Amino acid sequence: MSHHDSHGMNLVLHVWRQKGPNEPGKLEQYEAKNVSPDQSFLEMLDEVNEQLIKTGGDPIAFDHDCREGICGMCSQVINGVPHGGQERTTVCQLHMRNFKDGDTIYIEPWKAKAFPIQRDLIVDRTALDKISQAGGYTSAHTGGVADGNAILVPKPSADYAMDAAECIGCGACVAACPNGSAMLYTSAKVAQLAELPQGQAEAAKRVCNMVDALQENGFGNCSNHYECQAACPKGISVKFIARLNREYQKALFK
Amino acid sequence: MILDGKCPKGPIQTSWDRHRFDLKLVNPANKRKYKIIMVGTGLAGGAGAASLGELGYNVEAFCYQDSARRAHSIAAQGGINAAKNYPNDGDSIYRLFYDTIKGGDFRAREADVWRLAQVSNNIIDQCVAQGVPFARDYAGYLDNRSFGGAQVSRTFFARGQTGQQLLLGAYSALSRQVNAGTVKMFPRCEMLDLVVVDGEAKGITVRDLITGEVRVHTADAVVLATGGYVNVFYLSTNAMGCSVTAAWKAHKKGAFFANPCYTQIHPTCIPQSGDHQSKLTLMSESLRNDGRCWAPKKKGDNRHPNDIPEEERDYYLERKYPSFGNLAPRDIASRAAKEQCDDGRGVGPGGRGVNLDFSAAIKRVGENTIRERYGNLFEMYEKITDENAYKQPMRMYPAPHYSMGGLWVDYNCESNVPGLFVLGEANFSVHGANRLGASALMQGLADGYFVIPYTIANYLAKTKPGAVTADHPECKKSVEDVLANQKKLLSINGKKTVSEFHRELGKIMWEDVGMARSEETLKDALKKIPVLREEFWKNVKVTGSGAELNQQLENAGRVADFLEFGELMTRDALHRNESCGGHFRVEHQMPDGEAKRDDENYCYVGAWEFKGVDKEPELHKEPLTFENVHLAVRSYK
Repeated sequence: MSHHDSHGMNLVLHVWRQKGPNEPGKLEQYEAKNVSPDQSFLEMLDEVNEQLIKTGGDPIAFDHDCREGICGMCSQVINGVPHGGQERTTVCQLHMRNFKDGDTIYIEPWKAKAFPIQRDLIVDRTALDKISQAGGYTSAHTGGVADGNAILVPKPSADYAMDAAECIGCGACVAACPNGSAMLYTSAKVAQLAELPQGQAEAAKRVCNMVDALQENGFGNCSNHYECQAACPKGISVKFIARLNREYQKALFK
Repeated sequence: MILDGKCPKGPIQTSWDRHRFDLKLVNPANKRKYKIIMVGTGLAGGAGAASLGELGYNVEAFCYQDSARRAHSIAAQGGINAAKNYPNDGDSIYRLFYDTIKGGDFRAREADVWRLAQVSNNIIDQCVAQGVPFARDYAGYLDNRSFGGAQVSRTFFARGQTGQQLLLGAYSALSRQVNAGTVKMFPRCEMLDLVVVDGEAKGITVRDLITGEVRVHTADAVVLATGGYVNVFYLSTNAMGCSVTAAWKAHKKGAFFANPCYTQIHPTCIPQSGDHQSKLTLMSESLRNDGRCWAPKKKGDNRHPNDIPEEERDYYLERKYPSFGNLAPRDIASRAAKEQCDDGRGVGPGGRGVNLDFSAAIKRVGENTIRERYGNLFEMYEKITDENAYKQPMRMYPAPHYSMGGLWVDYNCESNVPGLFVLGEANFSVHGANRLGASALMQGLADGYFVIPYTIANYLAKTKPGAVTADHPECKKSVEDVLANQKKLLSINGKKTVSEFHRELGKIMWEDVGMARSEETLKDALKKIPVLREEFWKNVKVTGSGAELNQQLENAGRVADFLEFGELMTRDALHRNESCGGHFRVEHQMPDGEAKRDDENYCYVGAWEFKGVDKEPELHKEPLTFENVHLAVRSYK
């Protein structure tokens, strides 16, 4: 076990505190002391919460679950950048060795019209589920499908689809977008299924329904800022947005 | 009581087909009259809810996460097995069945395992149809790789994110049903009680984690797909929210808990770096396809691994198990790693680690190929440890990962409480005492897509729909009980946090009921756990109120259940006076340190009946018979 206690970092945190969706919120200051560089960002917050509980304070509510960068639950804007700005890294995978002793850190929730704040750093992302429900699937009924090898998928197509499918649905793209658009999230699913032979039959209907759902659920439009790609912890490329636009155009003329 | 798994008799090859024919059906027009509750939306729950919705049932699906897509199945990396035999390397349904029975150290039911192997092929077809982007070769065919515990390449994969892709497939099918109106989703809802009316499961009580509202949902049948319980160890590879709570509440309402001592300690996880650690991260077992496990031959050798010459390295798996080598099953590989460290030859902080070395593979196939195969894993490793595994070996240590035990179910996945079905990791059925790699995803999807849609009809056909409503006294009592428990937790206002209790419990479980257990350590744990539990109920501090989003309260409820469950797990481990699979009793080992089973006395499923907290549970046995696989000493040499 490594012990960094002797040279742990001391940090000043400014954390967004808000009791509920309709309550006012504000940044409050906390100190994180003796932080080990091997700690993850969330483990640092755990420790702050333990101290808050023990001193009769109100622990900071934040979303997290797998803590290995795949479930998409964690969602914090750190120093103005969703997930904290380390390339291809979720908050839970961000480690304290990326900070220095004496640093001041600002921690805020995702801020977007489509994601109402529930409490502190926790937001409601059901709007993303609604986009998936509008068409993010092939309508394959359980049972009665062809043998897996009956559908050949060229390797480049399989790889392209996989690149798109890596999206973890965290919503950082929305939080990073000045318009609060979920275009990157939507386009990743549209592109994955449009590329694969299995998704062809419903491709036109899918893209139209999903784009409609984007608008119905409070997301803004895409105006090609590409902040989404920069913030995406899985490195989802904006080329999928171009693909969505192409699929959408094709669908309109059908 | 001698339990009956109600397995079909006769030739195993046709057992599932014959059984399906014998099951009652619910006609299409009547299906919409039935309501089914699904708790959990991972591979088993998501697939099950979607498939039941497609059939026309009214499904209400619950998960504690903010979206169904975040269930912890998503973290599975390596792959999913199927008996397709696409590589033409000698695989078959029979071989997958055989490997799974043997891998489970002869502690699983033959009929259940046969069915799993049989439907494994349908799963791959289903996932392909959904658009799951499995790895392909250049001709466009599905690619396969080998995996721990198997000598054939039967594992299908999607880079290092197979669980994610399969779960997103199930999530997409589920989303389609939400859109169609057959499934209603209740995210951020945690099940806190099972409602049992006249001996049958008729609903659940949940807490809305946003508003704090506690309310009852009634149904004609309840399905639990709520995952495993290894967070009882505090540090594990499970997500932070994974708990035994749903299963434990069902257990307290009469459902038997089977083989709770069977826990899997996964061999390749990133070692703990300090006391601040909140969870452990798994590195896919597929890494053992190309990585070689070694420890220094010399004790306390703290040279940089790259400076230790070849002849001073002990490739212990290759030495001990020449035919399986680095692909030995998980329980064996974990114990072997522990042995090296106990012998003072471990590496890294505290000597709790062994090397997993890719240098030979990189020499053989090039760094690019290794990057293509495991790039995301190497990246994750570097983020956590700050070490580049292309340039030096990874450090690995075993960590709690999976629970083979779970609620007892019969062949229909139905518990001893009629109307309560249990799927996936939450039940005990197919993995015996040890699960093989790439089998968990297979089981989750098998239960969800291809078992529950058939077997639940057999129960529903005998039930009148809508018999119980929320105004039933049992429903009211359930809500009152949950509220009372919550009030109690909030009123203690002690000195220690919930996490502190969880860590302490975890330490007891890991040291006394972990990778190696003895009568002495188990008896010790049986003394310590009730003491800690008592202290918890006197000295825990839970802030805030029940009528709001309160993560401390959520966690307090889960830890309270672990404090009861941990005792049952220990008791089961003590009663099972043999070693088998992941259950290793140091008193029972072969001269070479392998697990020594006692088939004469312990070839059964041990299912426990709850009799009250602080009261001894009652053991019921379901004898296991092996007609198709010869009971033999498991050997991977």
